[in-house]
Amino acid sequence: MSSRTNTCIAGIGESRYTKWGGIADQSELSLACDAILAAASDAGIPPAAIDGFASFSEDRNEPALLMNALGIDELRFTGMVWGGGGGGSCGAVALAEAAIKSGQANHVIVFRSLCQGQSFRFGQFHPWTDHACFTAPFGMLAPPQMFAPLVRRHMHLYGTQPEHLGEVALSCRAYANRNPRAVMYDQALTMEDYLTSRIIADPLRLYDCCLESDGAAALLVTSMERARDLKCKPVEILAAQQGSRHLWGTGILGGHNMPSNTYASGNAADLSRDLYGRAGVGPENIDVVQLYDAFTGMVLFALEDFGFCKVGESGDYVAGGNLALSGATPCNTSGGILSEAYIHGLNLVVEGVRQMRGDSCSQVSDAKLTLISGGESVTPTSGLILGI
Amino acid sequence: MPYLPTSLPFPSPSRDTSEFWQYCAERCLKFQACGECRIPRHPPAPICPHCQSKLISWIDAPSFGRIFSYTVVFSASHDAVINDLPYNVVLVEFDGMDDLRLVSNVVDAKPDELAIGREVVVVWEMGPNNQLLPRFKLRKTK
Repeated sequence: MSSRTNTCIAGIGESRYTKWGGIADQSELSLACDAILAAASDAGIPPAAIDGFASFSEDRNEPALLMNALGIDELRFTGMVWGGGGGGSCGAVALAEAAIKSGQANHVIVFRSLCQGQSFRFGQFHPWTDHACFTAPFGMLAPPQMFAPLVRRHMHLYGTQPEHLGEVALSCRAYANRNPRAVMYDQALTMEDYLTSRIIADPLRLYDCCLESDGAAALLVTSMERARDLKCKPVEILAAQQGSRHLWGTGILGGHNMPSNTYASGNAADLSRDLYGRAGVGPENIDVVQLYDAFTGMVLFALEDFGFCKVGESGDYVAGGNLALSGATPCNTSGGILSEAYIHGLNLVVEGVRQMRGDSCSQVSDAKLTLISGGESVTPTSGLILGI
Repeated sequence: MPYLPTSLPFPSPSRDTSEFWQYCAERCLKFQACGECRIPRHPPAPICPHCQSKLISWIDAPSFGRIFSYTVVFSASHDAVINDLPYNVVLVEFDGMDDLRLVSNVVDAKPDELAIGREVVVVWEMGPNNQLLPRFKLRKTK
């Protein structure tokens, strides 16, 4: 590997995960503190030693609140990745990495606390960007209607079938059925269930759409050097980065004026090139992936963007069983945000860390490299390669 | 009756985007274009992404467009549309205007009449806030 950041994820923490509205006895801030304290404890550092916070998608629990609540001794770094749609989940890790590597801070927490029962449901109308006047009056109100036209276009161009999308939903559910933390742990899903489920925004069915959840997740990022003195098993950040391409600023949360020739994609082809380049690895080296799955189609797009198959061939790729533990790229091994919980993709990063530590409920044997994607088809999107 | 209820939200246009809607109020579908290099863009923006000119002009949309992609919505994401399901949302593109498309609806069409590539022409309907909205109908094929 040609390039190393010399930074690592030294601790992970999660609150309990529930369906939206399931957590009524705690505030989002309280949940954020739970996850952060768990991550600090996992890393073996006292909470007072945390000196930075990074998050994304306008997380409401800002450092001013966290600092007092947690008893932070000295705050040195804060960072927020602009944009919604989970695009910044891995980007927040990139902010933390930059803060550590540059010496601005020593122990940076990356977190997301999101209780849709206490704020608003992501499946309902919200004016995400200043372009909402061009979409809302026409009934393009929430992410299902915003993402469906991309999937329709992919089907039109490449012959992608409903069963291909269903394969993603079933694969995530099968992993969730092995993960007791998953909201869908005890609910099986068959292809018949999938194909007969109600249409939300054609071609997206109910099981193409992610959960709406309550919960919080956190990571502790520090230098490899510091991690050697901690009790933890550090997972190295080989590359973490944000990305987007010209015109994708009007991506799915905006006015849909993305370039015609990449419209049916996740807007991550350039990011993919940079991530692999910085990590000094290629898709053939990746052992397990966690691909942002707000909708099943996003996994298809990510498989293409990150080079696990050619553009237009993701349908056949997933039909070939490649997302399963026995496949080429076991994918979303905790159930993903389709079936574990929608912690805006930060739970995918947590699962990536577990895979590198060898601690997953669906552990990929001898896994040494994992790729994680942030929310696709928005600006910015982001990605992460971790290694052990 | 308009295709979708006028009780749908209409988030306020910004200083940069409101002129588009002023033309719509006059039943004119115009797109913003650079005042120097003439390349059209949408949504409106304060500066040309190609030549960085701040000069702005407005050009007429072509007489018809084509469906670039679409969805048929069966689940309401706002109380206003609970009684209007299913409804369609289409992306309309125009010949000679690369990467420019409009989010809208096709009125008077059954879901199975929609297809990528079908030609559509603009119709004007009242929307929220007494704002006229550009919607589309299928263009008659000869």
